[in-house]
Parts: sequence; C-alpha cells; structure tokens
Amino acid sequence: MTVIAPTGAAGAGSIDGEPELQRSLRRSVLHFIRRQPLGTIGLAIVIVMFGAGLFAPWIAPYDPEENDFNAMMQAPSWVHLLGTDQLGRDIFSRLVFGARTALIVGFSAAFMGGGLGLVLGVSSAYFGGWFDLVFQRVLDVLMAFPLIILALAVVSVLGAGVQNVILAITIPLIPRCGRVVRASALAVREVPYVDAARALGFGHARIVLRHMVPNVVAPFLILLSAFVGQAILAEASLSYLGLGVQEPVPAWGLMLQGGAEEYATTAPWIAVFPGLAIMLAVLGISLFGDALRDAIDPKLRDR
Amino acid sequence: MYVRTALWAAGLGLAAAIAAGTAGAETPKRGGTLTYMIPADSAPSFDGHRETTYATVHTAAPYYSVLIRVPPDNPASTTEFVCDLCTEVPKPTDNGKTYTFKLRTDVKFHDGSKLTAQDVLASWNKIAFPKPGTTSARVSYYAMVEKIEAPDDATIVFRLKYPSTAFMPAVADPFTWIYKKELLEKDPHWYEKNIMGSGPFKLVSFDIGQSIKGERNPDYYHKGQPYLDGIVGIFASKQAVRVDAIRADRATVEFRGMPPSGRDQLVKELGKELTVQESDWNCGNIITPNHKKKPFDDVRVRRALALAVDQWTGAPALSKVAIVRTVGGIVFPGSPLAANKEELQQMAGYWPDIEKARAEAKRLLKEAGAENLKFVLTNRNVDQPYKFVGTWLIGEWKKIGLNVEQKVVPTGPWFQAMRTGDFDVVVDANCQSVVNPVLDTGKYLPQEVYPESYGGYVDPKSVELYNKMLYETDPAAQRVAMRAYEKHTLDTMAHAIVAPYWFRIVPYRSYMKGWKISPSHYLNQDLANIWLDK
Repeated sequence: MTVIAPTGAAGAGSIDGEPELQRSLRRSVLHFIRRQPLGTIGLAIVIVMFGAGLFAPWIAPYDPEENDFNAMMQAPSWVHLLGTDQLGRDIFSRLVFGARTALIVGFSAAFMGGGLGLVLGVSSAYFGGWFDLVFQRVLDVLMAFPLIILALAVVSVLGAGVQNVILAITIPLIPRCGRVVRASALAVREVPYVDAARALGFGHARIVLRHMVPNVVAPFLILLSAFVGQAILAEASLSYLGLGVQEPVPAWGLMLQGGAEEYATTAPWIAVFPGLAIMLAVLGISLFGDALRDAIDPKLRDR
Repeated sequence: MYVRTALWAAGLGLAAAIAAGTAGAETPKRGGTLTYMIPADSAPSFDGHRETTYATVHTAAPYYSVLIRVPPDNPASTTEFVCDLCTEVPKPTDNGKTYTFKLRTDVKFHDGSKLTAQDVLASWNKIAFPKPGTTSARVSYYAMVEKIEAPDDATIVFRLKYPSTAFMPAVADPFTWIYKKELLEKDPHWYEKNIMGSGPFKLVSFDIGQSIKGERNPDYYHKGQPYLDGIVGIFASKQAVRVDAIRADRATVEFRGMPPSGRDQLVKELGKELTVQESDWNCGNIITPNHKKKPFDDVRVRRALALAVDQWTGAPALSKVAIVRTVGGIVFPGSPLAANKEELQQMAGYWPDIEKARAEAKRLLKEAGAENLKFVLTNRNVDQPYKFVGTWLIGEWKKIGLNVEQKVVPTGPWFQAMRTGDFDVVVDANCQSVVNPVLDTGKYLPQEVYPESYGGYVDPKSVELYNKMLYETDPAAQRVAMRAYEKHTLDTMAHAIVAPYWFRIVPYRSYMKGWKISPSHYLNQDLANIWLDK
C-alpha cells in the first residue's frame, strides 16, 4: 500500500516544515531570478507560450478556423480582443492556437535535429579517422547553405504541411549541432574513463551513449534552446512564403502572410499581432537560452 | 415672366457650355507614353495561338491585328463584334454555314510589307488546323470549321460543318493574331520568340522579366490611332510592387485586376487622381471532386459537398476581400444563356434555405456512409482568389462535419495533380475571353470529350445534352437546352461546384482615358484607343 503524505505535510529531512528538496529548488529558482532577470523574463514568455499551446481550447474564446462574415476585419475591441482578420476569424484565438503549431514545429525540429546532431557529432569524434573526415565534409556541404535556404529546398521537394516543415527544419539543424558537439566530444574522448570503458570491452554504442553523450549535454542544451527559437522563426518564414502549414490551420507566419501585404494600412492589427507573437517567442527563447548558458557554464556561473 | 424665361435660357446656355466643354475635354489627345504593369514574371512565349495566359496578351497584343473583335468602346457587350482587319462583319450564308470576310487593303506589317488574305489564311489555318509539331491552345473552339479559303487577296471565307452560334464569338477571340505567312512558312515557331505584326504599336525592345517597350505605328490603318507615342509594360508579380508603382505614378494602370484591398488603398491615397472600373469577370473557380476516388464516385457525397456551401451569403462577403462577387451557374452571369436567380435556386449548392440544404447534406452523407469524411482540397498557390475560395469552402464543409485539409501547390504541380488525377477535390478554374457560353461550358464535359475537364467521369448523358445545346440555333430553345445541361451537371450528377464568379477591379490614374473594362482581362488590350489627358 502506498501512503501519500498530505500536501504541506512535513517530509523527511525537513527542519521547518518544508522538504529539503523543495527548499533547495526554491533557492535555485530565486537565485536564477536574481542573477538572470532577462532570462527570467524569457522563461516567463516560454511558460506563457506553453500554457497557451496546452490550454488553447479553454483559453481561446472562438473557434480559430470559423469564418464569421459579420465580423470581417474588425478592430480590437472587448468582443474580439485583438480584432478579426479578413475572413472574420478571431485573431486572439488564432494566436493562441498558433502557439501550438509554433511549439510543435519548433520543439519537434529542434529535438530531432539536435538529437541526431548530438549522436552523429559524438560518434564522429569517437570513431575519428575516415568516418570523421567524411562526416565533417558532409556537414561542411550542409552548412554552406543558410538554414532557411536549405529548408526552402527541402519543402519545395517534399511539399508543404506540418510534417514536411518539421523535416525541412530538422535537416539543416543536424550539422549545426553535430559540429559543436563534436568539438566538445573530442575533449571527452581523451579522458581516462572512456579509455577504461574501452578497456573493459564495452561496445561502441554503450561508450558513445552512456559515457560520452552525458558529458556534452551542457553545450547541447544551450544549442537546443537556440534551435527552438530558430525553428519557430523558420516555420514562420516558410508559412509566410506559403510553403509551411496551410490555411485554415492557425499559424503565426501564415497569419502574417495573409495580412501583412494587403491590409497593412487598412487593418494593421491583422499583421501586427502575429508579428509581435513571433518576435516575443523568439526573444523569450533566446533570453532563456542565454541565461541557461550562463547558469550551466562553470566559467560564467560565478561572474 | 420675361425674367424667368431669360433665367431659363441663361441656365440652358450654361448647361450646354458645360456639356460642350466636357465633350471637348474627352477629345483624344495625341502623345505621351503609357507605362502599365503586367502582373507576371514574364510571358511564357509571344505566340498568342499557343498560349492561354494574360501574360502573353498584355505583353504582345498591342503589336498585332485580328480579324474581328469586341467593340473597343463597348467591350462588355456579349453579342456585338466589330471589324479590325475586315471591312464589314459578315452575315452568314449557305444556311449559316459560310462566313465571307472582306479585308482592308491598306494594312501593312511592321516590316513594311502588305498584309493580305494569304497571311490571314496562314494564321487561321495555324489556329484551327495546327500542323504536327505546333500547338494551338483553342483548336477545340473551331471544331465547327470545315475549311478556310482565300479566293483573292482581300477575301477570307470560313466554311462550317454545321451552323453554330459559337462561331463568331470564337473568331473574335483576342489570341487570334495575324502573323506573316512568309515567316510562318520559314519557321512555324518563329512567333514564339519574336514579335512582328500589324498592330497599333511596333516593338522597340524586350528585356526578359523586366519590361517590353513599343512605339506608335505610323502606318496603322485605323486612322488617327493609336493616340500614344509609346507604351512600356513592366513585369511585376508582387501586388505590393504594382500598387506602389501606381501610387507613385511610376505606372498608370494594371489591366488584369486588383483585389478590393488594392483598390481601397489607392482610392484612399490618390482620391480624384484615381479612376476605378469594375466588371463581372468571365472567370471562375470550379470545385471538382475526383470521381475516380471513393467516396467521390458517389453522387450523394458530391451533392452533399455542393449543398453545404452557402453561396448567397459567401459571395457578397468574400467580395469585400477577394476578387469574387457574383453567384452563377455554368454560364457567365448576365449573358442571354445564363440562369437567373430562381433557376439557380432549384439546384444543389444554390438552395435559398441553407439550413435545409445542410440538413439534406448531412442526410446524404449518412446514407452514403461518409459522415465525418476527411479529405484533401488541392489548391493553387495563388492568393487571389484561389486561397480565399479554398479557405471559405473548408469553413462551409466543416459545418456539415467534414474535416478538410488544404494542400496548396505551385501552378505546375497543380496542373500535374489535375492531369494525373492525383487529388481528392481540387480548386480548378475556368477563365474565358469573349463571352461564348456554348464553348465556355465545354469545361463541364467528360474528359474523353474535353481534355481540360479533370473530374474523371464518364457521362454520355452529359455529352448528349451538350450536343443538343451546341447544335441548337434558336436562342430560346438553346437557352432551354442549356438549362437541362446545367441542371444535369450541377444538380443531378453534381459533377462540380461553381464558386462565385470573379470580379474585375481595375484602378488607374485618372489621366488615362479611352479604355473600357470588359468581362475578360484578355479583351481590349491592343491599347490603340487609350490616350493621356496630361
């Protein structure tokens, strides 16, 4: 039988009624807020974005895909907080649901691209030799293209749609992660415990995944936070160019595309609010990523 | 009493003076260069016989002559035609099977050589009976033509297999440019990359993707025309660029048509310096289910798709943001063969009571076992009006429980999807020039009869009804036959849904005079009658 302590009850190791772990966490959070005010703002933005994405059906007052011809291009008001677009759809509701699209694409592409880059980068460093040589040249070729150009090329081959957009953004992120992670992994490869693992007869996969990968996680996490922002921006750019997700799916870049050119002067809110959402999301993730780097990097931690 | 009379006289005199002054102001002035925007990257080729796009017409029409055309000062007419190269619009003889055109004898090509009936014959043979290796995009328009003859240098005779009311509108097609026989004989593809006609302007230069420049043809046969010294067409595919060009007076006009937002923006900023002409457009989107794919092989499902769409509410609302406006059937609204509102309301997709229509749609879906159907709507990557229409339809279908994903693809893959049948439902388009319902409605025939029909259906009844209408020469009986063909197409078989017809909006600088809008962006584009009141 499992006994669950009532909320607020003193746990093991508590001195003043607060569990040690909880107190330690609170201290860390307060420390982070004190030392990284901008990072805290970034984190708050990320949390708000997550909240909007997760609870979109409860937060959004309207169906984001429902046309309302009686409310076309209405300016912001109490009825429609951020106004309506050219088909009478509530912009606030579309922004809230659009956060889902941004998060799904942003995190999926960042984690897939980062994850593959991590494994391939560490493997490249571990094996060295011809594998490293060939792999690095392949990365050189891929990195010769700016992220958005490579993503455009992939989408033009595969076609539009959420899955293809994720894949299109994932591919350019792999070399960017692989290159950085390899540099860290080269140092780890030379440390004694890797030699020890090799001497004990462990397989390559075990050495790479259990002994090397965990030791390059710090730069990887920092990269990952940057990748999420880049992926969200790339998704918005592709949608703006008409190559990302398609109407009537709510997506920030798509909303911008629908309104920026035609209604910039007559109904500016159609373009302004999605633009702000993209800016805030990327800014928030970048600020949080910078703060994370400062917090994790031992050289910067005590400055 | 005398005072009152004197005041009346003075008033009338003043009114007459104002009227005379106005009339005087409308007298065309010579000179100036017209700069106009062409909403395309470039023309695919200069050969009007081969191409079907406005990009070719807006680029090259000012350099060519045609046999007959819609009246430049009344191009909206759907029944009236005037001569360009001929001297008189002929009346048919031989029980409606022979048309004899007498040609002008004062026409010169831009190279100085004389244009004769031999050139007209060579051009029309290329259009109606293209040789292997050459392409004529509208060869099906001339299926009624048996042969064309030139008995002398000033006469051209069309002999038909059967009398057809569609013949004269087909001859007035704006792509039927007259080429020089000698050049065609040397190389049938010469006109794809070169321009040499007898039209109001002579080519000066062409820069791919940039501009095309022309100068006044001093030997033009319509005396006094053209009024302009020169023309410059600038290629720009982005709407914002074109709007900015007109706003900044770097260009005077864009002839294809702008969405309401472009018009509103220019009107707001230019006020009286801007004039706007608007017209229903002989263009529309056709929503075509793929009959070769389940469940769209089931007429109940296709009818449900049509019944869910509230055209009567959607059309006026969409017209505020997109280049669509008028609800219509398969025939251009307002033309003599078109259905009126009462007739439309008898068919699926036009019921006046939308709640009743949607209840019927749900019932049909349930009966067909296609409740909560999911499918992909393939659409062209063009905002106006394709994506607006697609997004609107998805919203309408959602109201009967359908879950539709829009797949937007560039023009090439869009054609490819339609031609290979790789789609569930597609947003197709039917754009025509001269309003010629008998031929325009061929698009709704099965693919075996009309290659650019993409529904993938086999329907002998449809062909039978169409042929009955095609061969009918009595206007009243032809109208009845057209209704039967339309009802069969849109209601009984629900082969397609006709989205609201496009609406053409052309804003231009008020100093441009002499140009009249038509129901097609292909028509009235030789620019001979345009003048600048500067």
